[in-house]
Amino acid sequence: MNELMQNSAFAGVTLSLVSYMLGMELKKRLKCGIFNPLLISIAVSIAVLLAVHVDYDTYNMSAKYLSWLLTPATVCLAIPLYEQLALLKKNWAAVLAGIVSGVLTSMACVFALALMFGLSHQEYVTLLPKSITTAIGMGVSEELGGYVTITVAVIVITGVLGNILGELVCRIFGIKEPIAKGLALGTSAHAIGTAKALEMGEIEGAMSSLSIAVAGVLTVAGASLFAGLI
Amino acid sequence: MKYLKQFLVILFISFIGEILKEVLPLPVPASIYGMIILFVGLAAGIIKLEAVRETGKFLIEIMPVMFIPAGVGLMSSWGVLKPMLVPVSVVTVVVLIAVMAVTGRVSQAVIRHGNHSVKKEEEKA
Repeated sequence: MNELMQNSAFAGVTLSLVSYMLGMELKKRLKCGIFNPLLISIAVSIAVLLAVHVDYDTYNMSAKYLSWLLTPATVCLAIPLYEQLALLKKNWAAVLAGIVSGVLTSMACVFALALMFGLSHQEYVTLLPKSITTAIGMGVSEELGGYVTITVAVIVITGVLGNILGELVCRIFGIKEPIAKGLALGTSAHAIGTAKALEMGEIEGAMSSLSIAVAGVLTVAGASLFAGLI
Repeated sequence: MKYLKQFLVILFISFIGEILKEVLPLPVPASIYGMIILFVGLAAGIIKLEAVRETGKFLIEIMPVMFIPAGVGLMSSWGVLKPMLVPVSVVTVVVLIAVMAVTGRVSQAVIRHGNHSVKKEEEKA
């Protein structure tokens, strides 16, 4: 099996897409938030790989082409943002206030929890960039001397959780304005949260796309200040 | 040909993003530079929306599946994650909810305050 997968340029992509379709079907039939297609796809793919004893690198030989599309797709997030330009101009103060407060909350909470758990400096800076997009977060973690692999894992888990819990959290906290929902998802759960925001609506998607870039850049600046605290 | 041309424009912008990432000493990925370039290009009218729209919308629509390999990658980082599991789990969940709630509530408050004062001014006039 391993040999077959190793020689296949399509096995990993096929497994990823089939498991995603399975997740879409389950979501449609059961109408329950926990049946998130992305989560189901990841879980099913891992289960299948473990069952047939195929390691991640082998799977990624072909699945990496899905990740390859991520850079051009992120570039395209400028399109919904441009389409909502008038809305952005009108609400720039709310947008800025929301993202800045979110970025500060993220780092202040990580700081407080790190104190509570007695984390070392290295463990603390590993978690500091957890809310921002992987590529920026990796850079921040590396520069501050964190464990980059753990940072990546935490960023991905944060995104997937944000994708699953986004609608629920907005409902619990009475966040109803489409602009506010989009900013909340993008600032807390970067691109993976944005994928959910785009499903919610055009305004949500545009605001969430903007948050990825702004929150990412603000965190680069803020993390170097927060890093000195522990 | 339309789709191919649009894909080319998007890939070319991604490539310029990569060049900027090499030249500028910031931990900003090529994708974010590319997003800024495309946004500024569209807003300034240098890039027409028709030059990227359909292919761009398609890429955005299928974006969730692009995160599957990264998620499956968690299976190989399990070893390093295990010793820090408790603090990492608590931080991940608590911070996620806190950031979502604060960002949403703050921006919503500013939006509603703005709408409120606009209404008041209208009433005065």
